[in-house]
Amino acid sequence: MSIQSTPKQSWWNRIAHPGQFVAWSAPWLWPLAVLTALLFAMGLWLAFIDSPQDYQMGHTVRIMYVHVPNAWLSQFVYGVMALSALGTLVWRHPMADVSMKAAAPLGALFTALALFTGALWGRPTWGTFWEWDGRMTSTLVLLFIYLGIIALWRAFDDQLRAARIVAVFTLVGAINIPIIKFSVDWWSTLHQPASVFRADGPRMPPSILAPLFVMFAAFTLLFLALHLKSMHTEIKRRRIATLQRKAAQGHTA
Amino acid sequence: MIELGPHAAFIIWAYLGVALAVAGLVGWTLLDARRTARKLALLETRRARK
Amino acid sequence: MSGFVAMLRRELALSWRGGGNVLTLVLFFVITGAIVPFAVGPDKPLLARIAPAIIWIAAFLAMLLGLDRLFRPDHEDGSLILLRQADLPLSAVIAAKVISYWLVSALPLILASPLLAVLLGMDLPAFARTLVSLLLGTPALAAFGAIGAATSVTIRHGGLIAPILIAPLSIPVLIFGVGTITAAQSSAAPLFLAALSLMAMALAPFAAALAISLAED
Repeated sequence: MSIQSTPKQSWWNRIAHPGQFVAWSAPWLWPLAVLTALLFAMGLWLAFIDSPQDYQMGHTVRIMYVHVPNAWLSQFVYGVMALSALGTLVWRHPMADVSMKAAAPLGALFTALALFTGALWGRPTWGTFWEWDGRMTSTLVLLFIYLGIIALWRAFDDQLRAARIVAVFTLVGAINIPIIKFSVDWWSTLHQPASVFRADGPRMPPSILAPLFVMFAAFTLLFLALHLKSMHTEIKRRRIATLQRKAAQGHTA
Repeated sequence: MIELGPHAAFIIWAYLGVALAVAGLVGWTLLDARRTARKLALLETRRARK
Repeated sequence: MSGFVAMLRRELALSWRGGGNVLTLVLFFVITGAIVPFAVGPDKPLLARIAPAIIWIAAFLAMLLGLDRLFRPDHEDGSLILLRQADLPLSAVIAAKVISYWLVSALPLILASPLLAVLLGMDLPAFARTLVSLLLGTPALAAFGAIGAATSVTIRHGGLIAPILIAPLSIPVLIFGVGTITAAQSSAAPLFLAALSLMAMALAPFAAALAISLAED
């Protein structure tokens, strides 16, 4: 388990060993957490005190600073999962399984938060909590896919086998998400005139962009920190399962 | 207190909801980590004793 | 190729022998469609307006519910292991299974859909478009379904997992399927639907074969 006794390897191979991975990545955790907290403090200060209200939306523009980062994470986390799925299927990298499993609940929560803040933003600006417009609808479908993946993980006893099957399904989903997005856009323009407010319409001044970018960075680092921590937990959980299996075999033998 | 206009409730609820969810997520992650680590330590010592 | 035909014939013979299954699925489809008026009320114009949606939802649910018997019987009696060792690639075996699944579950639904059309008071042109959309769209449902059934085949109580996984992925099929019926002015929907079906039929056997061979190792 110690690093000194192992021969020199590339970092890619070194982190394939669970113990090595924890040893390699644990020092990152605290700096990551501190940086995340600092960025959140700075982002909140910018969002509430140092940014003007929008000439169209007034103060509700401040909801954007939590809404857009969550919406970005809902897709970014799926990207992380799809990359990890490739890692599982193509390179059989043991840490890719763990990364995939740890990311799924985080992605589901960020997607749910994107919908929640979107609804609270939609009420004052559009006059309704829920609008069946393309973006919100495809985010809802994405949430269903996340929940399905979590259900699939929980349905298996053997986590190694589960990883490969979830990886196949995650990649199928990754191919499908652009199709879903396209079809939902087609559907919503068919059913309603494009009269709803578009976030990409007006050019944003730097005073609004600054808090947005800081919050972006804060939420992304938050995800990375939580992802790393839950990967460590998942590694320990697998070690527990192995030990328990060994103990059970020892008793029967 | 800063002025938030006529829709202050929505803004506050949005931030409050996100803060609660993120706090819950961080708390759950740490709790899960601690619980799993304790269980692993228990199993390791039991194995070492044998 | 002869292996493929033999596989197709085996699948059809098996589902023909257990003919009760086909009949149950058709009954489920008709009853689901016929139950909606009780929830909506006997409002004929409204029913005629939402009839395409009702028919598609009923077909969607019927196809999803039938998924479990796509691979599970073969997994349980061990013939899936034998099929994996056959000369025929597993993806071709699965393609044969998907085609036969479409023949024994989607085709009877399409044949039964006139009954629902009459009950829901659809006019003839709308019904013709419904037939076209079902013919074009159900292959995609069968193909997506094969992926869902393949991922959940080794789960002991996996019957409900496959529909949960597949329903979000099938939303485009539903959108373009209903779009084919309602949006007469837009001719793009049937093309998108056909493209989806072709793509799904071409790619799903490989994904499902991968999932099955990874699951059984």
